[in-house]
Amino acid sequence: MSAKSKNSDLPLVATANDLRTGAVVYRGVDGAWQRDISRAEIAERKDAAADLQERAETDLAVRVADLALIPIIRDGAFVRPAALREIIRATGPTIELPASQARP
Amino acid sequence: MYRYDEFDHDLVRDRVAEFSDQVARRLSGELTEDQFKPLRLMNGVYLQLHAYMLRIAVPYGTLSSRQMRKLAHLARNYDRDYGHFTTRQNLQFHWTKLAEVPKMLAELAEVEMHCIQTSGNCIRNVTADHFAGASADEIADPRAYAEILRQWSSLHPEFSLLPRKFKLAVIGAPKDRAAIQTHDIGLEVKRNAEGELGFAVWVGGGQGRTPMIAKKVRDFLPEPDLIAYMEAILRIYNQFGRRDNKFKARIKILVHEMGEAEIKAAIEKEFAAIDKTNMVLPRDAVERIEAYFAPPPFETRVNGTPAFDRARETDSEFSGFVERNVHPHKMPGYAIVSVSLKPIGGTPGDITSTQMDAVADIAEQFSFDELRVSHEQNLVLPHVKLEDLPAIYARLREAELATANLGLVSDIICCPGLDYCSLANARSIPVAQRLSERFADPARQRDIGELKIKISGCINACGHHHVGHIGILGVDRKGEEFYQITLGGSGDETCSIGEIVGKGFSSEGVIDAVETIVDTYLKLRETPQEDFLSAYRRVGEAPFQEALYAHAA
Ligand code: HEM
Ligand code: SF4
Repeated sequence: MSAKSKNSDLPLVATANDLRTGAVVYRGVDGAWQRDISRAEIAERKDAAADLQERAETDLAVRVADLALIPIIRDGAFVRPAALREIIRATGPTIELPASQARP
Repeated sequence: MYRYDEFDHDLVRDRVAEFSDQVARRLSGELTEDQFKPLRLMNGVYLQLHAYMLRIAVPYGTLSSRQMRKLAHLARNYDRDYGHFTTRQNLQFHWTKLAEVPKMLAELAEVEMHCIQTSGNCIRNVTADHFAGASADEIADPRAYAEILRQWSSLHPEFSLLPRKFKLAVIGAPKDRAAIQTHDIGLEVKRNAEGELGFAVWVGGGQGRTPMIAKKVRDFLPEPDLIAYMEAILRIYNQFGRRDNKFKARIKILVHEMGEAEIKAAIEKEFAAIDKTNMVLPRDAVERIEAYFAPPPFETRVNGTPAFDRARETDSEFSGFVERNVHPHKMPGYAIVSVSLKPIGGTPGDITSTQMDAVADIAEQFSFDELRVSHEQNLVLPHVKLEDLPAIYARLREAELATANLGLVSDIICCPGLDYCSLANARSIPVAQRLSERFADPARQRDIGELKIKISGCINACGHHHVGHIGILGVDRKGEEFYQITLGGSGDETCSIGEIVGKGFSSEGVIDAVETIVDTYLKLRETPQEDFLSAYRRVGEAPFQEALYAHAA
């Protein structure tokens, strides 16, 4: 089980940064890492989380870095991370980036 | 102006080649992340929330126009068209792709820049007064000594694995613009009664989790003894510094635990024992390095400044800019211009590639091709003619870089916080933005006068909150962002660590709280000339606590 998650935090998804680009990615049911959290595999129970963690760890060799299982909040088809830090990781900085302002 | 010698060219080229190879081996899976992480950190590459971050050293905060244009080029071609200047006179790119870092480093090497010593437990890049070589109050240019220390420390075998990181700062004037008392070692260039050059030496300052003000261990260290004395300090640190506990490993903890008298005695004893035959710093060696920083060809004859005088009389915005952002130069007819990277509502320290090119052009035309980066996340045009100021001001306005707020309440220092940083507990940039919007009115800002707000998103204190006149620290309280306020800190020659004023505030509440503090100050100051810090030092926390918390009790 990841040191960064607790049993009480279920359900969980696996997130990491893409090794080449650093982009935030989530592990899908098909094992692919992609940007969209709504396509992530969701572990509802403790044993499923341990299993997801184990499979995700094999991708640390060449696919991703900084793996963590993070708690999510689910409302029907809508999935979002529970913690503010993870919401910001999922959606980007909460501020306007300067270049977009300066560009005509 | 400063340039690398041959040795450095080879060194930087070797490091770029070596790191390219390491990146390739990581991407192929030959290296694990555990093996690779220390290697990438040694080359200034961090993994942040959304991407990798590349930290580029700007030695002593001195940049040429060509170097600034290269940074603009990197921002445009490898990042999201902007960069972020930090409190350690570095530039950070926040959207770096690991696979592209080797190319970026190779491009930087073309303009004699690198990312070495921006991370890891080594001697970090040496910082210096950003007005070095220009300021009217300067005794000697501190950059020559900063460079000597850099050359000495660069990959010094004995010290490349210090217990923790090690930060040095050097100033050349009594006014401390580089916060030397918050560094592991701080040096102030001075002259003794006989007129000889030397240094006051401060040891054991730091911010972070355990903020400490450095202790002065020598009031006057003669110039020739500089290297031997530095060796003595580092040997004591290497010998006694704590490696068992990451949080206690900084020299500030050693100084604190040993006490001022004992650390002084230990350094002096080590210094006396060192064989100095190979360690004397001869005057001709200093002069050789000083030549790198030779003053530009200033014009010595000044026939009045009619354009400047006229603009000052007729254009109130220009005169407001001059009042705040222009400082006296050591040469008659010249001035130092600070370029604020703190527009109202903007992100402190951020600059677009277009703006980088614009300041590079202005520096080339008006400031002998030279720019500086300040630890307060602003830029400096160090050597401009007074007579050129109206033209420079017009160009800065065009580039949206003419904010006249230096040292005022909206000139906020702020770390990236939870919008970027993987260590953050709370956001800091939105707090800075909302504060600058709250105090946007220039007349109100000028009425409030000098007031330094500094914000960090966690206890690592990258935003220098401990030494803010008003310091703001973001914490995580049960999953909510929460902000603790400290008052009375200062990072100048009257260095002090701010005191926690009381219980923290929500992200909505913190803006009102700062306004309450400012209004309280305005009511209790004795004259408009009594600035916030002086007033605070006179009255203490009580009136501010009363104003903030009385109604809640
Ligand atoms: C966003 C990525 C960053 C990371 C991961 C990071 C990490 C850290 C850490 C771990 C410390 C604590 C060191 C210690 O206590 O020994 C620290 C301190 C510091 N950092 Fe950063 N930092 C980042 C960005 C910045 C930025 C943007 C600035 C400037 C605005 C900065 C300037 C500093 C300073 C001045 C200190 C205090 C040094 C002292 O202890 O005296 N850092 N940083
Ligand atoms: S103070 Fe904390 S949140 Fe801010 S940049 Fe430093 S490590 Fe990140």
